[in-house]
Amino acid sequence: MVHRLDRPTPGTATAGLRPSRRDLLRVTAGVGAGLTLALMLPGGAAPAQDVAAAKDAGDAPFAPNAFIRVTPDNTVTVVIKHLEMGQGVFTGLATLVAEEMDAAWDQIRPEHAPADATRYNNLFWGPVQGTGGSTSLANAFEQMRRAGAVARAMLVHTASEAWGVEAAAVTVEAGVLRHAGSGREASFGAMADAAGRLTPPDPQTVDLKAPDRFRLIGQTALPRPDTAEKTDGRAVYAIDVRLKGMLTALVRRPPRFGATLRTLDAEAARAMPGVRAVVRLPNGVAVVAESFWQAQKAREALKIAWDDSAAVTTGSEAMLEDYESLAQTPGTVFRNDGDALAALTEPQARVVEARYTVPFLAHAPMEPLSAVARLTDSGIEVWAGSQTQTFDVLNIAEAAGLRPDQVTLHTVFAGGSFGRRASVGSDYLREVAGIARGLTNQGIEAPVKLIWTREDDIRGGFYRPMALHAVTGALDATGRPVAWRHRVVCQSIMAGTPFESVFVKDGIDGTSVEGVSDLAYAVPNVMGDLHSPTSPVPVLWWRSVGHSHTAFAVESFVDELAHAAGADPLILRMDLLRDQPRLLRVLALAAEKAGWGLPMEPGRGHGVAVHKSFNSYVAHVAEVTATDGGFTVDRLVCAVDCGVPVNPDIIRAQIAGGSAFGLSAALRSRLTLDDKGVVEQSNFHDYEVLRLAAMPEVEVHIVPSTEPPTGVGEPGVPTVAPAVANAVFAATGTRLRRLPLTLG
Amino acid sequence: MVRLKINGSVQELDIPSDTPLLWALRDTLGLVGTKYGCGITQCGACTVHVDGQAVRACQTYVGDLVDAEITTIEGLSGPVADAVKTAWIAADVAQCGYCQPGQVMQAVALLAREPAPDDDAITTAMNGNLCRCGTYDRIRAAIHAAAGALGTAAADTAPAEKG
Repeated sequence: MVHRLDRPTPGTATAGLRPSRRDLLRVTAGVGAGLTLALMLPGGAAPAQDVAAAKDAGDAPFAPNAFIRVTPDNTVTVVIKHLEMGQGVFTGLATLVAEEMDAAWDQIRPEHAPADATRYNNLFWGPVQGTGGSTSLANAFEQMRRAGAVARAMLVHTASEAWGVEAAAVTVEAGVLRHAGSGREASFGAMADAAGRLTPPDPQTVDLKAPDRFRLIGQTALPRPDTAEKTDGRAVYAIDVRLKGMLTALVRRPPRFGATLRTLDAEAARAMPGVRAVVRLPNGVAVVAESFWQAQKAREALKIAWDDSAAVTTGSEAMLEDYESLAQTPGTVFRNDGDALAALTEPQARVVEARYTVPFLAHAPMEPLSAVARLTDSGIEVWAGSQTQTFDVLNIAEAAGLRPDQVTLHTVFAGGSFGRRASVGSDYLREVAGIARGLTNQGIEAPVKLIWTREDDIRGGFYRPMALHAVTGALDATGRPVAWRHRVVCQSIMAGTPFESVFVKDGIDGTSVEGVSDLAYAVPNVMGDLHSPTSPVPVLWWRSVGHSHTAFAVESFVDELAHAAGADPLILRMDLLRDQPRLLRVLALAAEKAGWGLPMEPGRGHGVAVHKSFNSYVAHVAEVTATDGGFTVDRLVCAVDCGVPVNPDIIRAQIAGGSAFGLSAALRSRLTLDDKGVVEQSNFHDYEVLRLAAMPEVEVHIVPSTEPPTGVGEPGVPTVAPAVANAVFAATGTRLRRLPLTLG
Repeated sequence: MVRLKINGSVQELDIPSDTPLLWALRDTLGLVGTKYGCGITQCGACTVHVDGQAVRACQTYVGDLVDAEITTIEGLSGPVADAVKTAWIAADVAQCGYCQPGQVMQAVALLAREPAPDDDAITTAMNGNLCRCGTYDRIRAAIHAAAGALGTAAADTAPAEKG
């Protein structure tokens, strides 16, 4: 079992993303009757079969377990059970295997695992294969190392037998087995055939390296094995998959969430060049043509009347007004330490109140949603940048009218995801499976690629929820915070989904309040309550999930308390975190590197924020300059503690990238519905994201650690917006409480 | 029938002249290194070279490209291209990688025109190329590194040329 010193507390998203095995079995039993079967059967082509096939071809590989294949050409293929979507998991998991094998880094070739919840499950998620919650490296840390150590032991054994020497006298370095006494040496590839005939030892019985013997883990100069193909255009994403005779499908979806099809006149579209079919889907109408351009033009020619009786018909401003009203009334309590209400009404209490709001946000990965499906008599094959293979297989099966064991899901690189490709109902994969079935029903036998246009992506829902935080605090006579009452109004991501019973406990969706429910500041009286308004607007986890808004509220508010108390915002935080060494350390490190407290010119300011998410600890110091009517972010200094830094360069890339992602939300992005319920933005001209000109200098400092590694994909995001807002206050005296941040 | 010169070879395509170059490349020719990101010239993922200039293939129509020299990421070559790709790989710029072919095409066009761009010139040239993974700091550093390598190479060869 993986050692996890730092188990998440119930009520955090991390806990939510790690439901127990029993919970998942119970929940997924409701998804489809085929589930239990799916979990028993391999979901795709098994490496064991690959091995057999390769042996028949005279290319005898050594496959000691489901994660490693060594071929006579001396290549070590590492099977990666998680989706590579830019976060560097190909490098991370391969590093662990190569470390314990003592392989040479340049002989390592990562590849995506087949969909198979039996062998490739996320160990934190029970019998479910999937990537999310910044869990990949953490859940696989020991598993991958043991896989590598098993392979090493078998290669050493093989060499010792071949050379007639003691196994203990065989050394391994950079993929070469050696016996010093006899001067003999051999590559892994040369031993692969013989090693393949051994029975692998129990992974739990092999020795793992002590950290002081790591040669690859922690090494800064380890290049990413997928960089070259991503630089010269060879890397294949779902949108690039090409099959013989493949058609392209675009789907027209209703302009208002919750609307359904009333009437369809597809005559004009069907008559257009290249159009092969029009397929009705539960959520829209697909036009299938020989090329994207034909499909796009024909989609415009569809004549559709929508039934808006169940649709959202109010705008996001009106929704926010409702949120304001809700915030006047008590919600469902998720945390209650001491007696916050009494402390707030103490006669000496100095009360501070603030409201923070954040908009809906689209994920907007650079590769819009796309998938390819081929339906034949024997089943369906799908190619996708799948973040949640186990559930995607079930949903594809259901939409195609097949059993889960008839689905073969090929995971390919995702051109970004940020949570979007982990949609709970596999929305876009159901679409492509439904289209494939529709084509077959119309007598058309051809593989089909579904492409969402950028407009489809921005308008297609599954947003980060809009949220309002109403926070009230009290300082005692000495300026110490003694009460914190935090009311959250936020649409539940999980309510109404098959996962509701796992994620929503006693009326609380943990993903709505994570970051508040585990508020780390030593305030004696804390009360938190939650309203979860419903709407037809689909919402979803978005890089850092609830922390993307809770940290903005918490870290802005603690700053407001500090200013009300006349205290330095850094010093007050350090005081309130005195029993939180890991938070304290990143806070102090970021502040020191940023030059906190040094005099700054008028119109410039520093702001700080610190937060724990996904078991990692991050602090940001932002440096801003007020400009004529606005401000610029000049520099971000970040400190991160993510346990053992396995790949320091990827940690820096993820934290810098998370900082940029957080800055998009802090400065630019906003998804709104007009007063008729129609999304107002459609593409990057009006749904703005950070461009190079606005990217500040970003410094990332990694805290050395021997703790088990934790994730870095998401934790770089939450502290950015509050650090910038706090810096704007320091520079201008204006407190900004609404994202995106604008002055004036 | 549309005649295009792509990556040095002439192609005859049976597609309407109002087809965007992006879809002619991707769907008709199978050159999928040029990416679709927005379709309205807002993201730069589809950047190709037309007569050496960086253009957005999503809003460039094949009928307008008669006699033009079109270069895609698949056909990109030469000392500037090699320097840019080498710098990109050395800096491990790519995260998801989806925007990177477009970024590389844009950077090569910049360095071909301006061998030693300063930060402002890089910002002006690269600001139209979006990256959601936020690799901007490494893109900037890689362009400087490529410019440095090209400058060194030029300095190395200059005396030989004179001599």
